[in-house]
Amino acid sequence: MTMIDYLPNIVFAIGLGVAIYFFSGNVKKIMRNIRLGKTVDRNDQKAERWKNMARIALGQSKMVRRPIAGFLHVIVYVGFVLINIELLEIVVDGLLGTHRVFAPFLGDFYNILIGSFEVFAALVLVAVILFWTRRNVVRIQRFSKAEMKGWPKLDADLILYFEIVLMSLFLTMNGADLAIQQNFPNAEHYQQAGAFPVSQWLLPWFTGMELTTLIAIERTAWWLHIFGIFGFLNYLYYSKHLHILLAFPNTYFANLSPKGRFENNASVTNEVKLMLDPNADPFAAGGETEEVESFGAAEVTDLTQIQLLNAYTCTECGRCTSECPANQTGKKLSPRKIMMDTRDRLTEVGNNMDKNNGSFADDGKKLLGDYITAEELWACTSCNACVQACPVDIDPLSIIMQMRQYLVMEESKAPSDLNNMMSNIENNGAPWPFNQQDRVNWAQEL
Amino acid sequence: MKVATLAECLAEGRSPEILFWVGCAGSFDERAKKITKAFVKLLHNAGVDFAVLGAEESCTGDPAKRSGNEFLFQMQAMTNIEVMNAYEVKKIVTTCPHCFNTLKNEYPELGGNYQVVHHTQLLRDLLNEGKLTIADGSFKGKRITFHDPCYLGRANGVYEAPRELIRKLDAELVEMKSCKSRGLCCGAGGAQMFKEPEPGNKDINIERTEQALETQPDLIAAGCPFCNTMLSDGVKNKEKEDVLPVMDIAEMIATAKDL
Repeated sequence: MTMIDYLPNIVFAIGLGVAIYFFSGNVKKIMRNIRLGKTVDRNDQKAERWKNMARIALGQSKMVRRPIAGFLHVIVYVGFVLINIELLEIVVDGLLGTHRVFAPFLGDFYNILIGSFEVFAALVLVAVILFWTRRNVVRIQRFSKAEMKGWPKLDADLILYFEIVLMSLFLTMNGADLAIQQNFPNAEHYQQAGAFPVSQWLLPWFTGMELTTLIAIERTAWWLHIFGIFGFLNYLYYSKHLHILLAFPNTYFANLSPKGRFENNASVTNEVKLMLDPNADPFAAGGETEEVESFGAAEVTDLTQIQLLNAYTCTECGRCTSECPANQTGKKLSPRKIMMDTRDRLTEVGNNMDKNNGSFADDGKKLLGDYITAEELWACTSCNACVQACPVDIDPLSIIMQMRQYLVMEESKAPSDLNNMMSNIENNGAPWPFNQQDRVNWAQEL
Repeated sequence: MKVATLAECLAEGRSPEILFWVGCAGSFDERAKKITKAFVKLLHNAGVDFAVLGAEESCTGDPAKRSGNEFLFQMQAMTNIEVMNAYEVKKIVTTCPHCFNTLKNEYPELGGNYQVVHHTQLLRDLLNEGKLTIADGSFKGKRITFHDPCYLGRANGVYEAPRELIRKLDAELVEMKSCKSRGLCCGAGGAQMFKEPEPGNKDINIERTEQALETQPDLIAAGCPFCNTMLSDGVKNKEKEDVLPVMDIAEMIATAKDL
């Protein structure tokens, strides 16, 4: 054999190498960006965390709370996972120059595998077309909110087109293979292997075709399919689609405490303790050398790594926003937008660092103000509907609360009504201007 | 009927089993005070050994924390914890889900460790233990819809205690289209109670009231003084206040018992 015979193997290996190279570069970027956040200890309750991941990410338990979208999503999800097994064979074939390399080892089981991949490919195709219809024909409200205009809309559609094309290529390649197996049983390089419950219906397209034509169709579909997957893998970083990977760590590191328990800010605790302790020495050692920390969050770097992971995990399904009482009544707040803004700003900060040798050059922008406005934050009722609705346990509420902290404690920018309420608490121990001594007056009315 | 304060109990050398945390709404708000009184009547009726803090009670800090004033929240929390720890408080019951949540979830880290229950949980337990009986009568067969308070339901997973009580009243419990973990907020949470809503096309309490009206109820049951206010306002907005009462579950049980 000459060099030229190995050309396909070489092209394949280069394609695979390039795909993995860029993908791992993207993964590194994501990790680096997430690490810009504050560390938070979520390594407790390991058993409970694995269970949470198994139930919610692997088992899709929150996904199916909306039965139609949930059912369709389970199909695409199971299809995706199963077809990845076929991907393994395609990669081995590509590298070794073999064709259906697993078939001789697996015998009849191989037929079952290929047969079920075909069924799933067809089901995925149907599900994805229905998804597209929901977005573009039925126009379900949560897919057409303000934050979904432009790129997010195109991104969502592109992902669906990608999947339609990939599934179609997979079935075309199988159909052409079947035609070769039936019409040219002695064709070099091809073998009698696989069951084709779906692509057999494509056979009429291939009747009367020469072997060379069939091979050309089969090979073209095969190459486009695998290079399409390489492309899709590297599209992930630029899209909202990272949830297929990040849903797993995101549910593992999710908040397991009751949803009503909001983090107590530890730096505040120290100050309050000093204030309440008459014996405390405010000039005690360490007090002045400590780094001055700001309260709450105004920038992605003020958020925790979990919150930044949340942002990358969000796939913009909008269930949070559709359950949000503020959004339902026409307020500007959309929990999904909080997550999208956080992700977009984080990406911007990351790109800025890449351009400036790893350090951030001030661009005069901040997450709070330039992306998320005070009006959005003050519309929140802290009801946790968004957190409950998220199929992958994202917590937009914690970001909202931290930003309110910044507005109030760093900038004294609370709405005036709230300032009144807070000064009442300070002066009277109640949010209204009543005298604390009158607290038990109701008992005289018994 | 006399309600003792923990200070009085201490002077008498008694340490009551339960602290009834009344909350600011329950102490000062005219509507919420009725809930407080109804609940106290039930506690007396069931022979519960309880006391209140009276003038020593102060806001838990919940609205300050949800407004972003962590400093004021922790000042309130630590002051309250100091008072309660001095009285060696072990168990707290409260009629306000916001107080309930804050005391239960946010105080432990600051040194306040208590067993905290919502009044619907305590009432259910009293019923199960046979200490409290529910008289049938006034609510029998009535269509009642229950509005889940966010800080009781989603925040702490308590959905069943209030519903069990409504069923015990022989009433017909009808659920709104958003209920339990998908219950729609009344619009008061996150300190919204104390400010004007942000610009929008509707007030949240109106939206929620409309959901309640869809069930064609004879009564809207609530388990939170703030939800109660928001829904009462919603019902007034729909000009139905004469035919559609909004009542706390404690008030319903007290009414049924003619207390």
